[in-house]
Amino acid sequence: MSNVPDNLRYRDSHEWIDPTQSPSPVGITDHAQAELTDVVFVDPPKVGTQVSAGQQVCVIESVKAASDIYAPVSGEIVAINEALTGDPGLLNRDPYVGGWIFKIQSSNLAEFGALMDAAAYGKHIA
Amino acid sequence: MVPFAGWDMPVQYTGIVDEHKAVRQSVGVFDVSHMGQFIVSGPGAEAFLNRVLTNNITKLLPGQGQYTLLLNGLGGVIDDLIAYRTSEREFYLVVNASRIDADWAHLETQLNKDDEVMMANASDFTAGLAIQGPKAREVAATVFGSATSFPEHNAILVTMTSEGPMWLCGTGYTGEEGFEFFMPMETAEMWFRKIVYAVKAAGGVPCGLGARDTLRLEMGYPLNGNDLSETRTPLQAGLGFFVDLDKGDFTGREALVKQKAAGLPDKLAAFRMTGAAPPPRPHYPVAFAGEIIGEVCSGTQSPSLGTGIGMAYVPLSAATIGSTLEIEIRGRRFPAEVVKKPFYRKPSV
Repeated sequence: MSNVPDNLRYRDSHEWIDPTQSPSPVGITDHAQAELTDVVFVDPPKVGTQVSAGQQVCVIESVKAASDIYAPVSGEIVAINEALTGDPGLLNRDPYVGGWIFKIQSSNLAEFGALMDAAAYGKHIA
Repeated sequence: MVPFAGWDMPVQYTGIVDEHKAVRQSVGVFDVSHMGQFIVSGPGAEAFLNRVLTNNITKLLPGQGQYTLLLNGLGGVIDDLIAYRTSEREFYLVVNASRIDADWAHLETQLNKDDEVMMANASDFTAGLAIQGPKAREVAATVFGSATSFPEHNAILVTMTSEGPMWLCGTGYTGEEGFEFFMPMETAEMWFRKIVYAVKAAGGVPCGLGARDTLRLEMGYPLNGNDLSETRTPLQAGLGFFVDLDKGDFTGREALVKQKAAGLPDKLAAFRMTGAAPPPRPHYPVAFAGEIIGEVCSGTQSPSLGTGIGMAYVPLSAATIGSTLEIEIRGRRFPAEVVKKPFYRKPSV
């Protein structure tokens, strides 16, 4: 069974965001990493980019396929996880902590309410 | 599951890299029931096949097989296949799933009334498994016992058992020792259970299309539809070794002779990404000296090498070993180096 932490919010395209932190880290869920398997490259977004909720912001590559990653909320990309450059496998091993992809400074807190909570996401992937 | 040549097939069971490594280090089993099988027999079978296939089939003794190609009149590749001689007057052809209908239609047009050849298409009622890896012999011994010997490289053993006939072929698409096992559809489930059980007992795993692709590409083996097409010749694909221009006439020969004399317009080059880069994938543009000159035919991340590898048709000036190409990925260009095939060589023990 995939791990779906209670403190996070989720998009149907399998990104998570941590609403308790500001700026908020974003990554892919345990379910997503298990489906992709073997992440081999992360093409990160540029720090300073303004994005809107639902916009494609970067690409992660597994042996199987290239997958688009979408912004869960609108705001500015303020940091990227440099550790993924040398060790993209972190996304598979530690999707919720070490494997965050970028941090976003939200410009509209109301958007968090539109995301799924753990129970709803758990149903989504069941 | 993904659609593949009219079949629903798994890309992976546990993960492409896990499955890939199992085949390189112990053993893996692939469902190859989608592949096609033709039986060509009769007094004229040898002469007919030598007239339509590129390799010299007269060199095969009963029990031997060879890699060969079926060409159109312009020398373009309709299919690449393995032809086995099962007896003096009978041949067993194993063809690509996506090309069964095209191959069959082409063979029928090549057949003359007085050829004394009978062709049967057994594809719809034949299932198959490919058992590949250093422990493939162990799996064969477990499943068949001592009653059946292991098919050596490129050999075929046709055996009648109490369970029905089986074709054991010493071939594969991974670069590892192994065999392909074809059987009538009605005995498939029983054999599948036995083989998968034996593979798991030997420390191996079932493998999907994903690992089949990474394994074959590490060896530089072409995939029809990606690297081979009806618009390019086997000479361009680097498969001249499997074309015998001196054996007498065959379909496409004249075009090949002409192309050889005129010089090849391009060639299938193997390349390896030289720095950190996303994996190259089919249809990505390929640049040389700043100009886009083609596209990636096959490309992936090599699990054994940990880098991106691929193949592309490029002009001869760009195809020399060591020359630098650039692969365009989402608008950015990443450097790659033209290398010799295979990409992967088994470490010597």
